[in-house]
Amino acid sequence: MFQFWSDYFRKNGLTLGLFLLLSVAIWMLVMIVLPQLYMLDFSFRANVPPPQWGTDSHVYTFEHYQYLIYGNVNSTDAFNYIDLGVFGRTILASVFVTLIDVCLCYPVAYYLAHVAKGGWGRLMVMSLIVPFWVNELLRAFSFKVMFGASGVVNNVLVGIGILDQPYDFIRENVALYSGLCYAYILLMIFPIYNAIESLDKNQIEAARDLGSPWWRIHWRIVIPHAKPGITSGCTMVFMLTAGALAAPQILGGPSSLWFTQLVYKWFNNSANWARGSAYALVLLIACIVFVLLMMRIFKVRLGEIAR
Amino acid sequence: MTSDRVRQFFVLFFVLGFFLYLFGPLIIMGLTAFNSSAFPRVTPWECFTVEWFDVLANDSRLLEGLKNSFLIGFGVVLFAVPLGLAGALMLTQVKQRVRPWYYTIVISPILVPGVVLGISTLLFWDRIGVMFGASRDSIFYNGFFLTIIGQSTFIAAYTMLVFISRLQRFDSAQEEAALDLGATHVQAFRKILLPFLKPAIASAAVLAFLASFENYNTTVFTSISTSTLTTVLASKVRYGIDPSISALAVVIVVLTVFGAAIHEVLKRREQAEAEQAGMVAAGLIKEKKVQTKWFIDPAIICILLVFIAGLGTAFFAGTVGVGECKVLVKEQKQAETAKRIQALQERTAAKKAAAAEEAETQKQEKANRTGTENFNSIFDGDNLLPQASESDSATQPRTGTENFNGIFNGGNLQPGSEVENNEKSEDGARTGTENFNGIFSSGNLSPSTTE
Repeated sequence: MFQFWSDYFRKNGLTLGLFLLLSVAIWMLVMIVLPQLYMLDFSFRANVPPPQWGTDSHVYTFEHYQYLIYGNVNSTDAFNYIDLGVFGRTILASVFVTLIDVCLCYPVAYYLAHVAKGGWGRLMVMSLIVPFWVNELLRAFSFKVMFGASGVVNNVLVGIGILDQPYDFIRENVALYSGLCYAYILLMIFPIYNAIESLDKNQIEAARDLGSPWWRIHWRIVIPHAKPGITSGCTMVFMLTAGALAAPQILGGPSSLWFTQLVYKWFNNSANWARGSAYALVLLIACIVFVLLMMRIFKVRLGEIAR
Repeated sequence: MTSDRVRQFFVLFFVLGFFLYLFGPLIIMGLTAFNSSAFPRVTPWECFTVEWFDVLANDSRLLEGLKNSFLIGFGVVLFAVPLGLAGALMLTQVKQRVRPWYYTIVISPILVPGVVLGISTLLFWDRIGVMFGASRDSIFYNGFFLTIIGQSTFIAAYTMLVFISRLQRFDSAQEEAALDLGATHVQAFRKILLPFLKPAIASAAVLAFLASFENYNTTVFTSISTSTLTTVLASKVRYGIDPSISALAVVIVVLTVFGAAIHEVLKRREQAEAEQAGMVAAGLIKEKKVQTKWFIDPAIICILLVFIAGLGTAFFAGTVGVGECKVLVKEQKQAETAKRIQALQERTAAKKAAAAEEAETQKQEKANRTGTENFNSIFDGDNLLPQASESDSATQPRTGTENFNGIFNGGNLQPGSEVENNEKSEDGARTGTENFNGIFSSGNLSPSTTE
């Protein structure tokens, strides 16, 4: 151990070595690890007013997790169907959104990487960046404008006679799901694009010369090569979708809540921070499980996922 | 071969559809910024106007949020870029055995939902504040401080990734040579590593600023009572939407496209220069062609001109003749409403006439069967006369029903409220559900966002 530190300081010098050590320590401990641990601790504490935090009345309890599973003590239901339902729907919808995004992005990424050529292809890749830098809220807003009762979609559909009266896309969550698919689609397309672009074209040519049909070329050559990119994209899109707050707030119908909205509610409306952190922690655990699952299924390392 | 053709066509169609999906919403939103309708929509198109940009520029809450977002963005750049640099340098030094653990920890903020990061930061610093016995207006409860810390947690990981990819190409022999020649560590760092990392620092700073600027999930928890652009926008978008939000989007898109175009030109220049340097090194040409300064590069001048011309056109078209156009649209609308009312009246008149006729025939039928119906004559007789006379008058509907319909037609709605009214009825269903939604979906009662 001592050997390591003396090596370290000989290599970096005292000033630089201290700077590095201090920055990394602040970042890792004060900003990443300790807040999460404190949140974990806090989520197991009773909900008492802030002045009593850390005193004896701030006891450990499972009540917040119990509330998520069994609901209010006075309620007659066996489980907390509302909150559990919201949780399940959030996870399922996120998986669904992720799958749709993969299906949309894979062909386009392949096209951009191997079919489109020269300036035109480059322009297309560059133009992908534009929607990415438009604020998440504004992207959701644009879907609200499009899908509103007097929005373009309704006007067109009524105009050409498919519908005889405006359809409430917002209430039926069509706007929400298409908005969510849209919101993080670029985090799917760029990793896949980067992965496919690095594929040697000769491999495809060889397979084609040997008489392989196009779908087998994709199945046996392109997709295995793009696997890290696809995994990375799926993970990012799933995480961001499950943790999205803006799009559900803006586009969500009256009957649909997103799990993050429940967290937000406990923090801001009900002033029950402990329960809010318990819910947030459940979301975090769900996300971690998903990442581990993806890593296991696709046999990739974390380093490959995070670009 | 033909199946190949079909497939190619299909793929092209798919790609086009994808880009339509990507840009359609933005284009439509952009168009709504120039429509004079008080509700953001494209159809019916009323007048081309830039008045929503005025509204945007005079929105004090939004400007306040914008200012705060800028401050926070700069804070994040100053904080997250050194952290990311230190993290990346540390990664090259930790032992092989520890490296995966270290990497997992520093990369994890990217994969943690922003909501969770915001909450944990808020809770943790609250705790620290209590520990130091700090008062409520101390730094631990300051929205700026907390937001900078909370955002830097994950933005530092982004910047670290930028530095890692650049450091992979670093030749550490240079640094060793400097140290051997007697430079101090700080000198070697400043003279060799930093210049090498300069492009990475620039792109990391831009990335950090933009990521901070558009972050919502973390900020909404850490900003407490400080309003940032995103929190103001969120409350605006949720409660009552108007085209000035679209105008903001237009500004952002235009700036992005502009920035991307300039970036592309600069990158090409750099590439050209590198190519020439390579050719000089290979002895193919004697000396480099001297490049023009970047600000007189023809491509950049073109971009600037297009930008200015577009701005000018929009401004000119959007301010000249808007007043007349609005009057025209209003008249048109009134005419349309009048027409609709007339059509309605005619329809009711026709209906009434038909009903009267039917009543007449029935009466006659009944008259034919008179013998049986002493009883029915209650409905038959003079009693029905006033009604019959009314249906007579219905053949000249204008006088009779006009008064009735005047409620919708008259001066009541004249002074501009007509537009709103129209739109309200169109969006009636939605506003209804929205209010309902608002109750559950929070924010309504939250002091932090509404303030």
